[in-house]
Order: sequence, then structure tokens, then C-alpha cells
Amino acid sequence: MPIHAPKTVDVEAGMAVLKQSVTKLTNILEGLPELPFNTMEYMLLCTCVVSTDSFSLSLLSFLRLMMDLLLSLTIYDLCTTKSADDIGGKLYAEYKKSLMDYLDSRVLPSLRSKHDEYMLKELVRRWLNYKVMVRWLSRFFHYLDRYFVKKKALLPLKEAGITCFRDLVYEEMKGKIKDAVISLIYQEREGSQIDRPLLNSVVEIFIQIGLGSKEYYKVDLEARLLQDTAAYYSRKASKWILEDSCPEYMLKAEERLKQEKDRVDHYLDHTTQQKLIENVEHQLLSVNEIQLLEKENSGLIALLRDGKVDDLERLYRLFSRIPEGLTHVSQLFTQNVKAEGTALVSQAENAASSKRAEKRDAADSPQLVLIRRIIELHDKYMGYVQESFQNHTLLNKALKEAFEVFCNKSVASSSSAEMLASFCDNVLRKAGSEKLSDEEIDRTLEKAMKLLSYINDKDLFAEFSRKKLARRLLFDRYANEDHERLILTYLKQQCGGQFSSKMEGMVTDLTLARENQSCFEDYLNVNPHAHPGADLSVSVLTTGFWPSYKSSDLTLPDEMVKCIEAFKKFYESSSKNRKLSWIYSLGTCNINAKFDAKSIELNVATYQAAVLLLFNSADRLSYGEIKAQLNLTDEDMVRVLHSLSCARYTILKKAPMTDTVIEDVNKDRRYAVDAYIVRIMKSRKALGHQQLVLECIQQLSLMFKPDVKLIKQRIEDLITREFLERDGEDLNVYKYIA
Amino acid sequence: MRRSSTRKTGSALPVNPSSGSSDTYRSASSKAVSKEVERIDNLFYAYADASSGLIDPEGIESFCSDLEVDYTDVRILMLAWKMKAEKQGYFTLEEWRRGLKALHADTISKLKKSLSELEKEVARPTNFSDFYSYSFRYCLTEDKQKCIDIESACELLDLVLGFQFRPQVDKLVEYLKHQRDYKVINMDQWTSFLRFCNEINFPSLDNYDAELAWPLILDNFVEWIREKQS
Repeated sequence: MPIHAPKTVDVEAGMAVLKQSVTKLTNILEGLPELPFNTMEYMLLCTCVVSTDSFSLSLLSFLRLMMDLLLSLTIYDLCTTKSADDIGGKLYAEYKKSLMDYLDSRVLPSLRSKHDEYMLKELVRRWLNYKVMVRWLSRFFHYLDRYFVKKKALLPLKEAGITCFRDLVYEEMKGKIKDAVISLIYQEREGSQIDRPLLNSVVEIFIQIGLGSKEYYKVDLEARLLQDTAAYYSRKASKWILEDSCPEYMLKAEERLKQEKDRVDHYLDHTTQQKLIENVEHQLLSVNEIQLLEKENSGLIALLRDGKVDDLERLYRLFSRIPEGLTHVSQLFTQNVKAEGTALVSQAENAASSKRAEKRDAADSPQLVLIRRIIELHDKYMGYVQESFQNHTLLNKALKEAFEVFCNKSVASSSSAEMLASFCDNVLRKAGSEKLSDEEIDRTLEKAMKLLSYINDKDLFAEFSRKKLARRLLFDRYANEDHERLILTYLKQQCGGQFSSKMEGMVTDLTLARENQSCFEDYLNVNPHAHPGADLSVSVLTTGFWPSYKSSDLTLPDEMVKCIEAFKKFYESSSKNRKLSWIYSLGTCNINAKFDAKSIELNVATYQAAVLLLFNSADRLSYGEIKAQLNLTDEDMVRVLHSLSCARYTILKKAPMTDTVIEDVNKDRRYAVDAYIVRIMKSRKALGHQQLVLECIQQLSLMFKPDVKLIKQRIEDLITREFLERDGEDLNVYKYIA
Repeated sequence: MRRSSTRKTGSALPVNPSSGSSDTYRSASSKAVSKEVERIDNLFYAYADASSGLIDPEGIESFCSDLEVDYTDVRILMLAWKMKAEKQGYFTLEEWRRGLKALHADTISKLKKSLSELEKEVARPTNFSDFYSYSFRYCLTEDKQKCIDIESACELLDLVLGFQFRPQVDKLVEYLKHQRDYKVINMDQWTSFLRFCNEINFPSLDNYDAELAWPLILDNFVEWIREKQS
């Protein structure tokens, strides 16, 4: 800032300099040819300012005023004299007035004469000029700023200058400016190139005019912009929704959203971004969401059906932007999956009823085909969820909901639990026959077990699996331990250890049985006299793990009795305190049958062998005689004889296991419910009815979906058995009887 | 009762019943009482079986005919309740005394008259639920028996609740005979029937909530009614 100059100076000289400078400045700003201020002049001017105190760069009026003041007044005197405030006030007012005169006489007229883009260009030019002017003047009047302004709590000079512009120019022109801006934006939206830097500068004006607050920008420009944007995109959306397919619409929407962001980046204030984008999202996405998604041949359902992954990704990207955007998407998703799944079930039902009653677990039976198809369906839609929908919770839930509906439907009286168990059984039986590779089997099993999570009656599945496992282990030479253990791992993950532990025991049993068998063979080698004459192999099973098998008191032929005795001796020598129960109904036998033509080796069941061996000592035997000798029931008799008297020797299976399985499971369920009720009541001592039912359901849901009636029934039973009683005061509350 | 000692201080109460008049009074009232007891006892022995010392079913039959009340009448059951009789078909001397004393009846005619009073007494809500529970227990004839068969339960319902809740009882009886789930009724279920009649609007059943702790048999009953209505 200026150097100290002598207190008094030649007034006339000083005024001349001042007048010169004013003219010079004005000319520069008007664009008239002028030499710029050089340092000397500037310093001189400031010196004059210092020495002749403060002054405004007005024209005649200023000069007149200065005349009065110039005499013997120094800045310090000014500040200390009583009339200092007075003078300061006059100078301040004069400062403002001179600016306003300038605006009024030069700026406004030129703006009024121009329109649209030209007007905007002129505006920007004038504004920039004006700012220069204010800057210079503020420098000249710096002393006003330092002392007077603060003392009187007035706007500093620079801000006062901007206020003048605002009050005079801005307020009058703002409407037109706004219209021009909006019009340009519209053109750009319709595809034209516009002068972005110009718009940027204009927006800057709106912002700077607020002197730190963005109110003017918001009220005078932004509000209208948002309104206009809404109307514009509303029109577009209405048009597109009628003309375009869903993917086309989405492409356009995405493009537009990008454009709008770009717009903000280039010439709007960053605070506008969120409001603007939300506005556009609402018009393009929210308003038409349902119509768009439900478009006949190109909506969500069609995209899912045709596997249009890119479009689905876009759909997800777009609709995850808007609040509740994915709700309708997931609803439609569920609907679609449910429809497809239910259709598969119906197909299976039709196939099952039109075909003859075939074996339920034949590989091409409708039930197993259904499971395979459901697995494929699951793969397909899970793929969408994980990739196109980025594993979003809502979509995951939608998938689950849909699958839970049709994964619990039965086909031709096979429950879904049974069907799934049959499917897994089928896969595992192929394990040894080299129809599927190990990895394929593992993968298939993994997928099948995913379906288990949707099935309510998990305990029923476990029970069926157990029965089938037993069959595989006992009859199927190809049972592969690794695969068996794999499925058990999955089962454990889904339902906890209570089911898988038995089955693991079964698998282990077989391994142990094989070891035991080799011990038996060693034993026979060592003790040749103990050999019963026929080769015997025995599988020793642990009772608790295996399903229960009926075994009748078959009277064995002598040859077999010897075998049994031999093994018994061996077994007793190696393990004490164990009781062996023989299940002859599960055994098989290889017999050499000497027919007239030739010898044939027959592989038959033990019962059948027993019958056949009788014919060693007699050519003909009556039904009664056979029955008496073997001590079989009529049921067994009929079955065995029938199988032997047909041309082909087939081992018949028992009556459908389904009914007994279901019965067993129901019994287990009753026990389970009882146990939980007692456990809960024991720890709570007193509990309300609804609360008890709720807790029961929660605890049991891992295994099966408990029926409320069942729980009520068990509660009543427990009351009768005096485990619980009703509270005397509140009959809805139960108390534990210790 | 021993005579109390003479009080030295003047007391208004005639603590020392040494005067003759109060003596007579006392003996008179006690005489009256003992007369009543005597008559009650005599009445008892009129019907009791000599060897067992109890009134047995035969005795009860003749008692009822004297009373001119059918032995299946609910008022006999009420009488049993008043007596707190333990075994159905039998009255002990103690029970007999208890009942008749409470009713202030020592003759057949007085007993007859007291029956209507007894009915009113039983009808009072507090007494009624006690009577209702009692009637169930009374039917448990065997040792350790906890339930009564459906037939008997239906008869008992009709007898005990029929007067107050005719429509409910009729419907309930119809259902009980029709259903196959339950062959006997236990105490808990029995108690709930009365609660049902008292609390649930009939025949609309609009305030019945199966999610509350009503026994399953009533849930099924309500379901059955609703199915028939639709």
C-alpha cells in the first residue's frame, strides 16, 4: 500500500491527476483505446489519495466534494475530526452512487438492447468489466474500508459494489437471463451444441451475486431448471414408454442420466447435481417403472426368459438408484420363477398320471426328471441373481420365496422330500458305474442339496435318505464312501447333526464290517476246522443307526446253520457283551444249481435259497410243507414262491416304504415337540400360550415346519400327563410342574 | 364345655353361667340341635344299608322316590355337591349330615322345600363353577380314573349346563358324538366347556380365537360349526 506522502499537496495538481485517472479507468472499461495505468501513475494517484484522504472515483459531483475537503485535511485528521463520520458517510454514498450511475448509464442500456445468447454474452462481458471497476475503486477507497466501514458496520466496498449490480441490473434482467439459459439447455438436450463456457460464466454470476449465499442461484435459476427438467423428461418418458421396448427405453434413460451429470460438471453448481439427477430418475424410472417392467415382450419376464444378461444388468443398475426401485423388480422375479417352477411340477404331474405306475425312482421317472429340471431352473435364476443383480438381498429373498412355494409340492403322492432323496440316491448309485465323473457327481449333489433348504419337511428327507442309504450300502456293490460322506456333510450343514450322525454311523459300520470280515477270513485260515464248508461273508451293523428291519424266525437249512455257528464263535471270541441279531431277509446267496442241461450259478436271496435247498431232499413239496419246514409267514411265502416260479429271477422289494417312513417321522415329530415344550417350560416356569407356540415353532423349524395344531395337541397331552398345568388366574398361561 | 371361673370385677357379660335361666336356654338350644341331628340321623338310617352303614344306589332310589324327584334329576347332583359326597351312588353318614344340616332340613318335606333354594344357590356364578367341576369329579368312579367317556360326558353336559346354555350344549353334544379324534374327555377339556359357554358369543362365534389356549377339541368344534354354516 502507498508510501507516506507529505501531508499537504498541491490541491489543484492532485485533483487534475484524479480527474485524469477517472477518465482513464472509465475508458479502459469501455474498451476505448487507452494506455494502461503505469506504476508511476498509479502510485501518484494513490499518493494523492493518501494525502488528500479518501475519495470516490465519481465524476463531477465527486470533484466538487473534494474541493471542499481538500484544504488542509489529511487522512488522520479526517479520522479524528468530528465531521469524519459525516464525510465518510458522504463518500460511501458517493461511491455507491457513482457505481450505480455507471450501471444505469452504460450497462443496462446495452443489455436491454440485446436478446437471448447475445444478451448473455454481453452480460458476462459487462459483469467482468464491472468487477474490475469495483476492484480498482475498492483499492482507491481502501481507507474507507479500513476505518469507516467497520465503524459503521456497513458492507465493505467490494460487496457494496456487487450489491449495486444486483439491485440495478440483476433484478431487472434476471427473468430474461433465466429464460435464455433454460432455452440453451433445452437445445442442448435436444442434441445441439451450445456454448458451455458461456453458460458456466452466467451461472457463476448467479452464484457470486449472492455474496456467499447460493439463494439467488437456487431461487432464480435452479428452481425453474428443475421444474423444466421434470416437464421435459416427463414428456420424453411418456413418448418412449409407448414407442420403445424395455431395453431401448433403459438405454435411453441411462444415456440421459449420464448427460445430465455431464451438464452439471460443466456448467451448473455441484449442489444442483443430486436434485437434478433425482428429478430425472423420478421422471424416467419411478413414474413408469411398473409399465416398463411389465412390458409384454420385452419386460423383465421376457429378459429373464431369454437370458438377456446385459439388459438385466442395466435394469439392476437403473432401478437400484431409485427408492423402492427393486421392490417391484423382485416381486415380478418371484412371480416369474414361481410360475416356471409350478409349470414344471404340473408337467411332472401330468406325465406321472398318464404313464403306467412306474417305479418312482427310475432315472427317467417324472419325479426325478422334475428334480433335475428344478435344479436347472435354480442354476439359471441363481446366475441372474448373482451376476446381473449383484447378489442383492431383495433378489435373493425373491428367489427363495419362489422356490419355497413349488419345492414343497408333491407329484403323484411322492412328496418333494422323497423325490429329492430318490434323486440323490440315483446319482450316488451311478457313482461306481462310470456314467458320471466324480466331479460331476459332487457338483450335482451340491446343487441338489441347495434345494433341500427350500423344502419344509427336512426330517422326512433325512429319513428317506437313510433308508435308501441302507439299501445302497447293503446291496449296491459300488457304494462310494467319499460321495456318501459328502452328502452327509451338506445335510449336516443344513439341518444340524441329529440326522447325519446316524447315517455317518451307517457308513462307518460298513467300513468296520469289511475289516471285520477280513478278520473272520484270517480266523478261518488259522482254524481250518472251524470252516463251515461254504464261503460266508457277514456284515455286522450297529442297531441304532440303521432302519429297523423285520426278520422272521426262518428255519435255516443245515448248511447255513453251520455258517452261522462258525461266525458266532469267531465273533464271541473277539468281542464280548454284544448280541447278534440275524436279519436273514437282507442276505443273498450264490447257489450252484445242477440242472439237467448244465450247471448254473444262481444269485438269490437267503429266503429263496432256503426254499431251493429244500428241493435237495425232495422233488415235490407242498406249500404247507415248505411253510412248516421254513417257518415263514404266508406273506413271505407267497412272495418268495412267486419270485421263484417266474421265468426271471428277480429279487422283489418290500411294499412301498413310503408309508412306514412317514409314520416313523410323525412319531419322531411328536417326541421332538414334547421334548421342546418341556425344555422351554422348564426354563421359563410360566409362559403364555402364544409365546410357547412361537418359541416351539422357532426351535423346530430347522427340522420341519411344525403344525400349530400338533403343538396344541402335545401341550394338552403334557397337561394330562401332569408336566404342565394351566394358571388358575389366566387360562392362557401355562405353568411348569416341577 | 368346662365352666369358666367367676370374675371378681363386674362384667356385663354373663361369663359365669351359674344362673339357671341361661342354663336352660343353652340346654334348650343344644337340645334342639341334638333333636335335629337325631332326626337327620334317623332319616339316614331309613335309607342306609344295614351291613355297609352307607346309603347305596338302592337306598338313593327310594330316597328319590320319597322326595318325588327322579334320581337322574340334576337336583340330586346338587344335593350331592352340598354334601360334598365323594362317591357316586353312595352317601356316608357324615356327608348326609353335612348336606342336610347346611340345608336346615331334617325331614323329607323340609328337604323337598329346600331344593328350590339349593337350585338358586348353585346358580350363583362362584358356586356354579365349583359345582360344575364337582360334577365331573363325581363321575370318576374308578380309582385313578382321569377321564369320562364321550357318552357320559354328553349326558352330564346336558344335565348340568342344559338349562343355562341349551343351544351350545345341543351343538356340542352333536359334535362330540360325531367326531372321531377323542374317545374320552378330561378335566381340562371339561372346564373349558363352561368357559366356552360363558365367554363365547353363540351362535356367531365371532370372538373365538383359535390362537389362544383353548383346547384343541374346541378349536375343532368351532371349525366344524363354521364348515357347516358355509
